[in-house]
Amino acid sequence: MPDMDQILKIVYTLVIPIAVLLSFILANAMYLQYVERKIWARMQARLGPMQAGPQGIFQPIADTLKFLLKEDIIPAKADKMVFVVAPILALMMAFGAFVALPFGPDTVLFGNKVHLWVTNLNIGVIYILALASVGTYGVILGGWASNNKYSLMGGFRSAAQMISYEIPMAFAIVTVVLMAGSLNLSDIVNAQAGKWYLFTPVGPVLFFLYVIAGFAETNRTPFDLPEAESELVAGFMTEYSGIRFGFFFMAEFMNMLIVSLLVSIMFLGGWLPLQILPQTLGGITSIHWFNKVLAGIPPTLWLLAKMYFFFFVFSWVRATLPRYRYDQLMDLSWKFLLPLSLATLMIAAFLKQAGWL
Amino acid sequence: MIPLSWYIMLSAALFTIGVVGVLSRRNIFIILMSIELMLNAANINLVAFSHYLQSLTGQIFTIFVITVAAAEAAVALAIIILLSRNRGSVYADEFNILKG
Amino acid sequence: MIHQIIFLYFATVILVSALLMITRRNPIHSVLFMLLLFFHIAGLFVLLNAEFLAAVQLIVYAGAILILYLFVVMLLNVDQERQSVRANRFWPWVAAFGVLIAGEILLLISRSTFPGDAGKTMATPGAGVMELGQALYTQYLVPFEIASVILLVGLIGAVMLAKKAVKE
Repeated sequence: MPDMDQILKIVYTLVIPIAVLLSFILANAMYLQYVERKIWARMQARLGPMQAGPQGIFQPIADTLKFLLKEDIIPAKADKMVFVVAPILALMMAFGAFVALPFGPDTVLFGNKVHLWVTNLNIGVIYILALASVGTYGVILGGWASNNKYSLMGGFRSAAQMISYEIPMAFAIVTVVLMAGSLNLSDIVNAQAGKWYLFTPVGPVLFFLYVIAGFAETNRTPFDLPEAESELVAGFMTEYSGIRFGFFFMAEFMNMLIVSLLVSIMFLGGWLPLQILPQTLGGITSIHWFNKVLAGIPPTLWLLAKMYFFFFVFSWVRATLPRYRYDQLMDLSWKFLLPLSLATLMIAAFLKQAGWL
Repeated sequence: MIPLSWYIMLSAALFTIGVVGVLSRRNIFIILMSIELMLNAANINLVAFSHYLQSLTGQIFTIFVITVAAAEAAVALAIIILLSRNRGSVYADEFNILKG
Repeated sequence: MIHQIIFLYFATVILVSALLMITRRNPIHSVLFMLLLFFHIAGLFVLLNAEFLAAVQLIVYAGAILILYLFVVMLLNVDQERQSVRANRFWPWVAAFGVLIAGEILLLISRSTFPGDAGKTMATPGAGVMELGQALYTQYLVPFEIASVILLVGLIGAVMLAKKAVKE
């Protein structure tokens, strides 16, 4: 029989972190959609949602209510089991990956030492990679189960695209792991103290590789062929409506947040504060003080700021760039990104061995 | 504390299910997946022994098994595509042109 | 105690989904149950302190091999599968044989003792990734290289086989 202390320990280490994380993700997934629509609107000289509340601020609540209350249609010729399982699978994999992401170093909160993560896995990077690769099933199975040729085409495209871009993405991550010497995300952040990986010799190439592959993995413009509305209606989501559509939608948003967080953690020093050249310009008093102010901002805020910045980049790209053609998409991955990522891995290994990294 | 024999029993049962799948199903996909099932049963055994004998060798063998399984799946699926293109079927018992 | 309950859960799901996998008529449902099975085998690996292998299991088996299966199953027509017979005509004998063999093995295992039952297990800080890598690149270097050549051969072989012949 577990006693009171054990129960309290489970509550503190498991229930509360997961509840906090869940509410964080849900609030973000709801409100970032609104923010994104506003960003697109501004970029296209429109106003965006304006009706629900001042400046349309209650639009996400209205959208959520719509998702929840709409009739949930399962097509008559659909494979019911797979049709129901697919969106849940996509959502579960996205939630699962969030669990392994650290949001900051150990902090003291209300006099207690608090971890800002649910679990700090020793193989965190690979775990997230694994769940991301399994998340593809939701899309493929959803496309197949709908029994609709547009959905099936969308599912096929997505499968091929995700398998192709997973490889350069994995190589970029492996190179970062090589540089940090650890698979643990917290260790990767701590290894960047003083030198963010974006500013190391191979860093920009890796960053470029990872961001492009990340765009493709999350099915975002310019790689949103699985749901290209001008060719495939809505791709794998064509037959989905109501809450199941909402599941797919949320999974996509969460994947975008995961990619943003991983970029921040792996290349921009995670929760480490921005410092303006402390070695060379640190002697100048004003810059010194500015650096001190920057270092005073709480670490988690830094991480979130970087994440939201990348979220903005995602929306920016979507508002500006046209879509790739399918053969160009495959060419880019197999003929350009893959050789580039392999070469970068070898150069990084050489630099690491020579001690220049 | 889980006894090692539990793992071995599980892996034996899984392996047998795989064998039955290979021998009784007609669809080549299921036959191939049953082979993966057997490889996985072997993997469970290897990792369990590696854990209880405090040696990493079992885990390394598992990595090799997974590698070979990946290569095998790629080649086997290419063969299936060829078969279905040439003979229009994915059923193992319909490929009997060598039968006298 | 809690470990035993977790093990029993994993084992039950693995066996049930394996049985469902070999009995489903639609290969796509089989793939789904296979996915469930791979997840629970990864769970067993975590239980055995082999976190790295659990992740590899998911990435390679679930994320690559099974997706390839799914892809090919979807490419080839599965509609004919709905009317046809699942198993060949020997299946009752094969199933009986399977039950017999499984029972025999289980009986043998339950009567024997294993060195692992002494209770010593491996503790691997850092998931043993570093030790694993060192062993792979020193003691097992030759098998490792051969495995990579096998992968290359598989890659080229698959492309060569499945490529449509170009008509002049």
